[in-house]
Amino acid sequence: MRRLINRKPDGVARLALMLLPFLLVLLAYMAASEARLAVNPNDKLLPGWASISAAVERMAFLPDSRTGNYLMLNDTLASLTRLGMGVVIATAIGGVFGILQGLIPYFRAIFNSFTNVLSMIPPLSVLPILFIMFGLGEPAKVLLIVVGITPFIIRDLALRTSEIPHEEIIKAQTLGASTWQIILRVVVPQMLPRLIDAVRLSLGAAWLFLIAAEAIASNAGLGYRIFLMRRYLAMDVILPYVAWITLLAFALDLALRLFQRAAFRWMYRGTGN
Amino acid sequence: MTSFKLSSIRAMAAALAVLALVFAPLSQAEAQAKKEFKVAWSIYVGWMPWGYAADNGIVKKWADKYGIEIEMVQFNDYIESINQYTAGAFDGVMSTNMDALAIPSAGGVDSTIVVICDYSNGNDVIILKDKTELADIKGQKVNLVELSVSHYTLARALETVGMTEKDVTVVNTSDADMIAAYKTRDITAVVTWNPMAAEILGGPNANNVFDSSSIPGEIQDSLVVNTATLNANPALGKALTGAWYETMAIMSADTPEGAAAREAMGIASGTDLAGYEAQLAATAMFYTPADYIGFGEAELAAATEKVTAFLFEHGLLGEAATSPGYIGIEMPDGSVVGDADNVLLRFTTEYAQMLEAGML
Repeated sequence: MRRLINRKPDGVARLALMLLPFLLVLLAYMAASEARLAVNPNDKLLPGWASISAAVERMAFLPDSRTGNYLMLNDTLASLTRLGMGVVIATAIGGVFGILQGLIPYFRAIFNSFTNVLSMIPPLSVLPILFIMFGLGEPAKVLLIVVGITPFIIRDLALRTSEIPHEEIIKAQTLGASTWQIILRVVVPQMLPRLIDAVRLSLGAAWLFLIAAEAIASNAGLGYRIFLMRRYLAMDVILPYVAWITLLAFALDLALRLFQRAAFRWMYRGTGN
Repeated sequence: MTSFKLSSIRAMAAALAVLALVFAPLSQAEAQAKKEFKVAWSIYVGWMPWGYAADNGIVKKWADKYGIEIEMVQFNDYIESINQYTAGAFDGVMSTNMDALAIPSAGGVDSTIVVICDYSNGNDVIILKDKTELADIKGQKVNLVELSVSHYTLARALETVGMTEKDVTVVNTSDADMIAAYKTRDITAVVTWNPMAAEILGGPNANNVFDSSSIPGEIQDSLVVNTATLNANPALGKALTGAWYETMAIMSADTPEGAAAREAMGIASGTDLAGYEAQLAATAMFYTPADYIGFGEAELAAATEKVTAFLFEHGLLGEAATSPGYIGIEMPDGSVVGDADNVLLRFTTEYAQMLEAGML
């Protein structure tokens, strides 16, 4: 039937269509940049390719004249360490609490409402309290990420756990499984890939909190550099950094997805994926 | 099939048009004679009079006199207001001399300082926890807004005790979080400005070991206007200068009316009359055109050279800069500090002199 709903782009067309919006934005940027540079060759808001690539070379491939460090590498390592620690801790807490909350009624009775309320508090609005509690050093930055994304992971995982068909739990019990065995043999194996999904979904928020933490007090990091450069509108540095962050985030998401697919093949069975 | 192709071409054209529209506001307006102007300002002791002047019809009165309209827009984020001005969204902005050089001028936007409102005379403070001497700062982590006037104050202070920035570790810290940050255990040294400095010094264990009264005249707070716009529209400079000094006359008067004006400015900046007057005590306001003209003749050039040296050292004059004098700065008497072929910041007392001569 010739309807829009049935028309599918094939190989080359699909690739072209995928690239189209990116190309359009790029074209529009170049046009706007050119127009501004024609009026003021030193314009900082929409720098041209020459100044952007000069900035990339300066930040990524030449040692900084004052410290001798490669700034972009330094910033990336600092940020990824914080992000990694924050996400790992949040995942661990989220995994344990999520499963217990989804499975054990007493546990749910105690913690469910509490995590629900906790997850509604915007962490950035209680920053001064977090400062007093955890200082302004590295732990505080990691903690902001943990505080920011753990409640979401707990809630998501508790929900997924409670969606496990009750028949499975009954069946395991008729086979003589204890609570501990049920957790270990029935719930955890099913929840691990879901946990990865939850982490993937919360990565965006994790980056947001990372950059917020670095904007508040730090001397290295991708967010630190962006906020510092913003002080004098150095978009030639900020734009490559934004592109770099986007790329890192995309790569991280892809890596998690590939890992999930490799480690939990059963999840994809029968989905045609 | 043909119709489908046509429609997809049309859709693409439409998408391009939409994108062009999205980016359209980003195009820089060419300077021309116009009637409506926008000036950005942010909360600071020396700029509160602008808010008062806008609220009490003083700006409108002077704008009407020259047949123009001036919209004063208050920003919560000081740096963003300068960025917006640099990008061309505003005709004027309140900025320090340092930021005016580092952001619009280094960004190729030729700017003119029409009025220096004040200079910091103690408003920028280095505070140490428990320690009482500036020399004790050696080896400490110092929390401040990097590349701001706080950073400049630190650099100048370290010079006075024979140290350099290598002797401390600078940690960039948001001004909004400075007070909360100071309360944490691991923070022992901060550089910040009023009202945060006053708040921190009011607590226990906080000692003022250096402030900007030791470097008078170097940190100036000014009205900065786009040079091309100003040249095409001298009425803008006239109206703003007139409104500013009329407000200065009101607020500096030792009368109930003057106190009421100061109280209104204090409340607008989140404090009260006493708090605002305490901040004023650490601020050298130029209350009359003569004050500004005199400062421009005497101290301005020397102060400017110290600031350009700091900016050059921190790479804030742009990557192309090869010396502190890379950007030329025109003094009120027409002489130029730095490269006379690359003048991008100008101090003018022309409008203050017009007012002084009764010509506004």
